[in-house]
Amino acid sequence: MLKLKFLIPLIAFFVLVVLLFAGLSNDPRRVPSPLVGKPAPAFELPRLSDPSVTFKPQVLLGKVWALNIWASWCGGCRTEHPVLNELARQDLISIIGFDYKDTNDQAQAWLNQYGNPYRLVVTDQKGTVGFDYGVYGVPETFFIDKKGIIRYKHIGPISYKDLTEKIIPLIKELKAES
Amino acid sequence: MRAFTFLFVLVIAGLQLNLAHARVEFREFDKPEVEARYNKLVDELRCLVCQNQNLKGSNSDLAKDMRNKVFEMISAGKTNKEIVDYMVARYGDFVLYKPPFKPMTLMLWLGPLLFFIIALISVIRIVKQRNKADSIEELSEEEHKRAQALLNKGDSQ
Repeated sequence: MLKLKFLIPLIAFFVLVVLLFAGLSNDPRRVPSPLVGKPAPAFELPRLSDPSVTFKPQVLLGKVWALNIWASWCGGCRTEHPVLNELARQDLISIIGFDYKDTNDQAQAWLNQYGNPYRLVVTDQKGTVGFDYGVYGVPETFFIDKKGIIRYKHIGPISYKDLTEKIIPLIKELKAES
Repeated sequence: MRAFTFLFVLVIAGLQLNLAHARVEFREFDKPEVEARYNKLVDELRCLVCQNQNLKGSNSDLAKDMRNKVFEMISAGKTNKEIVDYMVARYGDFVLYKPPFKPMTLMLWLGPLLFFIIALISVIRIVKQRNKADSIEELSEEEHKRAQALLNKGDSQ
């Protein structure tokens, strides 16, 4: 019964099953960013603490830093916030908060309640800069190296597992670069 | 009672029509070519949030921003290619509702065709084999007599 012509449909079926499960395990919401490996888009945005003062990311050249896109209306941001607080506690890098399509009052109240891991917070109320960064869902976090190149984009909340297994090793690696 | 049911169905059907063409903003176009370009682009770009919808059909906030951007860029004199490239540079190939014909997407485009051809070949071969099995060879005179003898022997026992 093990004739080749009977085996071929069976093998083809198994190949299809493998492909199906590989496909099902992919999360379609995690769209890979074309910005990884490219310079972080320049911008100038007002600061949450004092909207008359602006911030430009150029000042962080020579340092490894993270840009965390968040908002007070975002549930996932609430979930990941303790992890960000922990990262800030470890004092490895500066985390810049990017308040996306939010109001200043609500953002500030949110930080007062849940803690502030950010070196500073910029506000993008209209989402125009977010557009340049390819933001489509909050939270998203970009990790930028000393040369200002985006090296990794984390889509969705950062878990403790992500932090210890992926993020912190990456930060250490980027910091070791010249 | 019948009239009421009919009316009810009509209303529900009418509501479905609205949802299919849901659009959150009303836009003024000064030229029909601009409107045509806008509609084409908004049809071919995907909403990253509601990923199975194009920009035309999606109600999400991001889709609204992207539609505004498309309109802005058309008004600024950008070509269709420039607008699409702008979106792809920020959101990746996934923003194209129709996947581009690239080495990576080759399997996506050719895969179904390949499977169909394989299936067609297999079916042809199976049918041919079956036809072969169906054709009965004629027995020669001698073989016919032998067969008859054997059958008679079987009957008498």
